[in-house]
Amino acid sequence: MSMKASTRQVDGVTIVDLSGRITLGEGSVVLRDTVKDLLGKGQTKILLNLGDVSYIDSSGIGELVSAFTSVRNQGGELKLLHLTKKVHDLLQITKLYTVFDVKDDEAGAITAFSK
Amino acid sequence: MPAPQRVSYRLESTLDSVNKAEQMADQVASQAGFDEDTRGGISMAVREGMINAVLHGNAYDSAKHVNLTFEQTGPELIVTIADEGKGFVPEEVPNPLAPENLLKESGRGIFLMRTFMDEVRFRKLNSGTEITLIKRLQNNDLDRQEAST
Repeated sequence: MSMKASTRQVDGVTIVDLSGRITLGEGSVVLRDTVKDLLGKGQTKILLNLGDVSYIDSSGIGELVSAFTSVRNQGGELKLLHLTKKVHDLLQITKLYTVFDVKDDEAGAITAFSK
Repeated sequence: MPAPQRVSYRLESTLDSVNKAEQMADQVASQAGFDEDTRGGISMAVREGMINAVLHGNAYDSAKHVNLTFEQTGPELIVTIADEGKGFVPEEVPNPLAPENLLKESGRGIFLMRTFMDEVRFRKLNSGTEITLIKRLQNNDLDRQEAST
């Protein structure tokens, strides 16, 4: 299953709804291009909704890290929303769970972005 | 206990081979009697081993291939992945959990293989590297197998 990304705006935050697999190849490229495009438009408050992401490999983890650092380097914030158990466990194992700001509730996540 | 069996594939250095190997690993692990969570770990370890071979080893070179073997001997599932690349020294791969490496974009593949498998070995070949991944059935897997037969 390939990956899809769609974006929507809520209170100045860009929510990226991702579905599928973030893996080496297409999935990683879709994520990279989406974040690059948003940053190019000056949208630096990004909430990645991973609720429908079924699988991430090491390349996908690298892409999440890359997105996080790219957004931060532009003075923005990137948060993660609705991790599945698999993705949650993977971020725990790789010690990235505490690096990312992970949220369970969309409304709460949006208010957590700095104004 | 499943009968010993061995199956080998010679795969092209493509992303498609990585995806196929992951699917094959899940099937083989299922037939071997591993539970769903363990199967997910095994197929991820095989995927990471294949990425290592196709991307870092053979560098997508169409003239080079990856030999993938699944072997079950008693309670052990043994997977070998051999590439034809320039080889590498696994000890030189930085620890991805070290604070200074946490935000690196790559370097987690070997760590994930080691996390999900009981044993991971590397062997330098004349041309390339062979990775051996071993996972052992636990007592509860064996009990479940006996109950289903």
